[in-house]
Amino acid sequence: MSLLDVRDLSVVFQRRGERPFTAVDKVSFTVEPGQTVGLVGESGCGKSVTSLAIMGLLPKRGNKVTGEVLFEGTDLLKLRPDDMRDRRGREISMIFQDPLSSLNPVIPIGIQVAEVLERHQGRDRKQALRESRELLDAVGIPDPQRRLSEYPHQISGGMRQRALIAIALACKPRLLIADEPTTALDVTIQAQILTLLKQLVDETGTALVMITHDLGVVAGLCDTVNVLYGGKVVERARRHELFAHARHPYTHGLLNSVPRLDSPRGERLHAIRGSVSDNIPWAEGCAFAPRCDNVVDACLEGPPPLEPTATGGDLRCNNPVSEEVAVR
Amino acid sequence: MTEPTGPLIELRDVKVHFPIKSGLLFDRTVGYVYAVDGVSLSIRKGETYGLVGESGCGKSTLGRGLLRLVEPTDGEIIFDGTDVRALKGEAMRHARRRMQMIFQDPLSSLDPRQSVESLLVEGLKAHGLAGDKAETNRRLRETLEAVGLPASALSKYPHEFSGGQRQRIGIARALVLNPDLIVADEPVSALDVSIQAQVLNLLEDLQNERGLTYLIIAHDLAVVRHIADTVGVMYLGGLVEEASSDDLYREPMHPYTRALMSAVPVPDPLVEDRRERILLAGDLPSPTNPPSGCRFHTRCPWAQPTRCADERPELRDVVGGHRVACHFAEDIAAGRIRPHKVEVELVRPVDGTGPVDPPGELIPTP
Repeated sequence: MSLLDVRDLSVVFQRRGERPFTAVDKVSFTVEPGQTVGLVGESGCGKSVTSLAIMGLLPKRGNKVTGEVLFEGTDLLKLRPDDMRDRRGREISMIFQDPLSSLNPVIPIGIQVAEVLERHQGRDRKQALRESRELLDAVGIPDPQRRLSEYPHQISGGMRQRALIAIALACKPRLLIADEPTTALDVTIQAQILTLLKQLVDETGTALVMITHDLGVVAGLCDTVNVLYGGKVVERARRHELFAHARHPYTHGLLNSVPRLDSPRGERLHAIRGSVSDNIPWAEGCAFAPRCDNVVDACLEGPPPLEPTATGGDLRCNNPVSEEVAVR
Repeated sequence: MTEPTGPLIELRDVKVHFPIKSGLLFDRTVGYVYAVDGVSLSIRKGETYGLVGESGCGKSTLGRGLLRLVEPTDGEIIFDGTDVRALKGEAMRHARRRMQMIFQDPLSSLDPRQSVESLLVEGLKAHGLAGDKAETNRRLRETLEAVGLPASALSKYPHEFSGGQRQRIGIARALVLNPDLIVADEPVSALDVSIQAQVLNLLEDLQNERGLTYLIIAHDLAVVRHIADTVGVMYLGGLVEEASSDDLYREPMHPYTRALMSAVPVPDPLVEDRRERILLAGDLPSPTNPPSGCRFHTRCPWAQPTRCADERPELRDVVGGHRVACHFAEDIAAGRIRPHKVEVELVRPVDGTGPVDPPGELIPTP
């Protein structure tokens, strides 16, 4: 049994008097224990909403979540709020993009870490603080004893992200969801944090769902990659397979449009034309069709199905990029 | 990539220091933020100069200082033969027509209450170029066409456009004055990757058509490598390395550049699995109290006792126009000095004044 099995998850936002908007459209994917799975896409593709829906963190009103989120066989969407709260932070935890706004500015770091241990493991304050010090030490924060009593504004961005990782891993969860954990950081600090995450995941056997827009981050970290476009998974493949033979025109275009440090210089970038606002609704065809170079008539007649490929992945495309065309 | 000619703009030992004020009634200067501390560089006509560095290294301040959007503390800025810093009032205003800027966030740098037409005409009016109505209109349409926007955009407002289109408006606003130099501060970092490529291609096309000179400021090394002819790397207010784009990326010589390049993730698992990373210890030291000697010696895995801490290295020509500010650049390149582990140094604020410095971090090296 998979650790996490997301089946046909949909999130529809609707405000009174407005047309409903489908942010996540029947997304399915699985995460095996100890595995790292990537959700990749650009802004508006539904990657963050997917993670919030899994964690049960979407606002109570104005949206409708359907489908199943099976965590070790239990559907998280059907849990009562109390039961979900017990699991959140203990079995599944999450790291957010901006560490400054996800830490409480008026509570010392130490208390914020200890809080998790008190809530979920029934430790008393003294014991929890002692364990917090060890946790801060484990995520590479120097002089952890002194940091316990400091506030988020007193430490640097990289260290705040480390503190957030310490909070997320305090109860040794089986699943960690990281939503753009390094986007707000500089490259050298990003390298530190990614190395730390990789190391912690290896040591503790925690499964990781990595949500990012950066294909470079995915290339070094994820076992399986799901590429999202317009709220649907358009391509899923093992890491090496995806980067060597991207089949979906969107993935292919994305890989070709990023300037790389190791590619020959002076070449023109192959931009994907148009923007997300050109999308057509999935009900009418392939959302990517208006921007796609491989578009055929069938693309505008109805949504293409997600079909398994010969290499063990999945693909949602009528006219994929041929396998021989290597990226670059 | 045009024929090399003389420099269009030359910076000599430019410094921008911001005073830190404190006191209840009388503002007392208690220290300085050394945002840019002695940068010399020159940009040839038609060239693209890329300035890279991490947040807080002073790259944006340098770009603004160059246009005198912040007043430099010291140094000379020679633009096409005249010292920009010596210009006053009207003369400076006229000089600005030839140097324009593109900002990072197109939404916050465009007035939401102004239509695109009004945004573009404003600059023309300020420089007395909006006299003839038909001529102005033609100019606006031409500019919009050049940046790939329809003429119908003129009557729309910034919120009606997508991020990439807004950045095109920002570019059009700079372009409409027909400048010689465009300073672009993080022109694509707020955009999605698929849109980034469009804007980068547009910038290149415009350069080829109009012979523009660019100073591109960015934190993304891959973007800078792609677009720039010459690249300068900044660290804590100073230029640590400068070379042609190809040379710099083929053989980075400054330890900081090496670390920076090894940290950039490459979208290729084969490369990612093999590559060795040089993980830097800790964070950027505070620019209010920069380290003595070489600014980088506190985090440098190749730092050698005493000289690096005592003497600030000059930016010197090491091989064929490849300038490096490192005492031991040749020894490191030849492998005579091996990297060592860096112990984290905790930086304390100076006698309680100034902002609290973020202390360094220790990386558990696997």
